[in-house]
Amino acid sequence: MIGTGKIKQYANVLDKPLGKGKQEVSLSAFAFLFSELVQYNQTQVDNISELETRLEDAGYAVGARVLELLCHRDKGNRRETRLLGILSFVHSTVWKVLFGKVADSLEKGTEHEDEYMISEKELLVNRFISIPKDMGTFHCGAFVAGIVKGVLENAGFPAVVTAHFVPVEGQQRPRTTILIKFAEEVLRREARLG
Amino acid sequence: MDTNDSLRVASLWHSMHAISQQLSLTTGCSKIELLEGNTFDLHCFQSLTGTKFFVVCKLGTQHMEALLKVVYELYTDYVLKNPFYEMKMPIRCEVFDINLTQTVQKDRVALLGR
Repeated sequence: MIGTGKIKQYANVLDKPLGKGKQEVSLSAFAFLFSELVQYNQTQVDNISELETRLEDAGYAVGARVLELLCHRDKGNRRETRLLGILSFVHSTVWKVLFGKVADSLEKGTEHEDEYMISEKELLVNRFISIPKDMGTFHCGAFVAGIVKGVLENAGFPAVVTAHFVPVEGQQRPRTTILIKFAEEVLRREARLG
Repeated sequence: MDTNDSLRVASLWHSMHAISQQLSLTTGCSKIELLEGNTFDLHCFQSLTGTKFFVVCKLGTQHMEALLKVVYELYTDYVLKNPFYEMKMPIRCEVFDINLTQTVQKDRVALLGR
């Protein structure tokens, strides 16, 4: 029975099923690539906030694509319409696919209605990076903030997303918090939906 | 020791290392691995690219080669993957320092029991 073991050939690449793909990528390879991304952008900008904006834009592109892929692959093309739904989607599914684990915690901000925080002991992208003292508040997690922004905005929940360091007692490395501030219209819609 | 002194010592060692290759009686000598002084030992590890890691320790301390290999791993992780580190500059990476002190502490506890 010649040919039983052969993989079915597709005439059109668009007909091929969207497989899961290789689940694992070398961490070192990613670290070097990300390091080069940061270094390249450093040569193109004049100040730190521009650098953060560039990293965020790079992340935005990733976020938009990840949303499409995950909606098709994991959620059976169902769309999230509620705020908590999309937040837990980002917190678990997106994090699981990108970083291999769910985010450490998802909290609602106490001061403002429209603020939510995803926090993590140490972002994967930051693991090998030490920020020099003269760069102040710069955070390479701006890339991850961009990913979250891309996912949220393309799902219909416009928001401003930033990454911050939060010093913790008893630990040398501060925790990272991704702060999500939703736009007015999102809260109004949420209130209408009850 | 401040930065300048460290740089001086390092460049001294680099030159000695290079000269030793010429001085050797047997052919095919590529590096100095151990320098035994009266009051100290100096262990050196050379990577494939020629980067040298050396540690100065008390006479007779064991397992320094293993320590140097671990330091080499830390170097590749926390220094080379750091976008803010310029090649050949003195290393000022926080994460590298933290992990280095942790490794040395662990080693000290394991070796001396304290």
